[in-house]
Amino acid sequence: MIAHAIFFYVFSIIAVVSAIMVTVSKNTVHSVFFLILDFISISCLFIMVGAEFLGMIMLIVYVGAVAVLFLFVVMMLNVAQQKNQWFISEQNSGHIPVGLLISAIIFFELIIVIGGWKYKPDLFETTNLITNEISNTHSLGQVLYTDYIHIFQISGMILLIAMIGAIVLTFRQREGVKKQSYLKQISRERSEGVEVLEVTSNKGVKIDD
Amino acid sequence: MEYVNIIFQETYKILFLLVPVLVSVAMIVWLDRRVWAFVQKRQGPNVVGPFGLLQSLADALKYIFKEIIIPASSNKIIFILAPIITMTLALIAWAVIPFGVDQVLADINVGILYIFAVSSLGVYGIIMGGWASNSKYPFLGAIRSAAQMVSYEVSIGIIIINVLLCVGSLNLNDIVIAQKNMWFVIPLFPMFVVFFISALAETNRPPFDLPEAEAELVAGYQTEYSGMMYAMFWLGEYANILLMCALGSILFLGGWLSPIDLYPFNLIPGAIWLILKILLLFILFALVKAIVPRYRYDQLMRLGWKIFLPLSLTYVVLTASYLFYFNLLPTI
Repeated sequence: MIAHAIFFYVFSIIAVVSAIMVTVSKNTVHSVFFLILDFISISCLFIMVGAEFLGMIMLIVYVGAVAVLFLFVVMMLNVAQQKNQWFISEQNSGHIPVGLLISAIIFFELIIVIGGWKYKPDLFETTNLITNEISNTHSLGQVLYTDYIHIFQISGMILLIAMIGAIVLTFRQREGVKKQSYLKQISRERSEGVEVLEVTSNKGVKIDD
Repeated sequence: MEYVNIIFQETYKILFLLVPVLVSVAMIVWLDRRVWAFVQKRQGPNVVGPFGLLQSLADALKYIFKEIIIPASSNKIIFILAPIITMTLALIAWAVIPFGVDQVLADINVGILYIFAVSSLGVYGIIMGGWASNSKYPFLGAIRSAAQMVSYEVSIGIIIINVLLCVGSLNLNDIVIAQKNMWFVIPLFPMFVVFFISALAETNRPPFDLPEAEAELVAGYQTEYSGMMYAMFWLGEYANILLMCALGSILFLGGWLSPIDLYPFNLIPGAIWLILKILLLFILFALVKAIVPRYRYDQLMRLGWKIFLPLSLTYVVLTASYLFYFNLLPTI
């Protein structure tokens, strides 16, 4: 049990410290790396309470896919430079008040949610999720695909719509892009491509493109 | 005292797994070069030791004694972390590979998800190395490689779902035991082919080795690395290739099961069958490297997103409807 407690405190301290470092560190790429560390330690905590499926899915989805895209965007956009410009330059940036407003709203929402939280009286006796009869993954699937099937499907639809929306917003048809058609290339005959011409000397041939 | 005992035992087990894996990584580098040479009617490395078997050892010694150069303008911590992460991730995934009914280091319930998660983390070693080098070729290589690995992971995940539909468990040992009557390579043959090609792309092997395309990007994300750090990238890459071969043989070729369930074949331990299957897949990897020319980057993306993804999704629907119609879906 002692080892369990030690591991719990190690992972939770790493999670909290790296979450603070995400906002504090000056280099944006470093903060993404701290975010990744945060995700990993949280998935370790998930595994420690016996929710191994959630922990692994957390690793695959957030660390394996979402954080890679984060890193991509941060590396490409050079956000660090832009942020410095906002803070150093004389003229006031329009972004800061909006950001402050949104963060204040989120802060008050969190206070409302956490303040209204009612703890179950037997909370500390039901921490153990590991049962021997049925594995974690099976029990999750049995709940998710029976009682909560509609909510599950609707959340899937929302994600799909968000994805389509992002594609529609960024998609633009560019002019003058040469496209390769494999069928056209394969079905080309010799007679279409090669032509034998009589060339008279000192005159040359005129080939129209 | 009890804790010390447990730690000692576990360390012993881990070493018993890791040392053979590292030695076999060195050996398959030799095998790779040798197969490549034979396809091109060359001899390959054949000087150091019998048949040149000790060539990789000599190479490793050379790398150890070379100087490690850290570029002045690089981000030093991340620069040093990148090869360490690549190698660690390539090695920790071996913890869940089963070599027999109970010859497995960690028999966890979500083994296949663990391997998938670790292999999807592998992209960080490359992207960190490429970014921290602070140089254009490594950065381009890293970005190419990250995009490529993320795209092909999607189709690998869906292929794994195909297999899981037939098994009904995420445990690797259960996946192997479910193939007792028929290896999944027979009913899911198209998925095996797609998995093989995706594994090539996932491990940045030719014909999908665009991240290190030497003609355009010098050596991609490895350009600024030298000495032991380069060797660690290299070891991690080959350990990943071996891991993908192991995953392929567990998912499709019956893992540690013997091909024929008859008397003389039953006596051979499962570990040997698994190693033979891994070797078979690896020789295919090496042959592909020698035979197929490199893909263009847009062709690579087209293959991943427009061909493999719809194909594997359709196959999921087909497998699920077949299993449902004939009432073959696995029960808990």
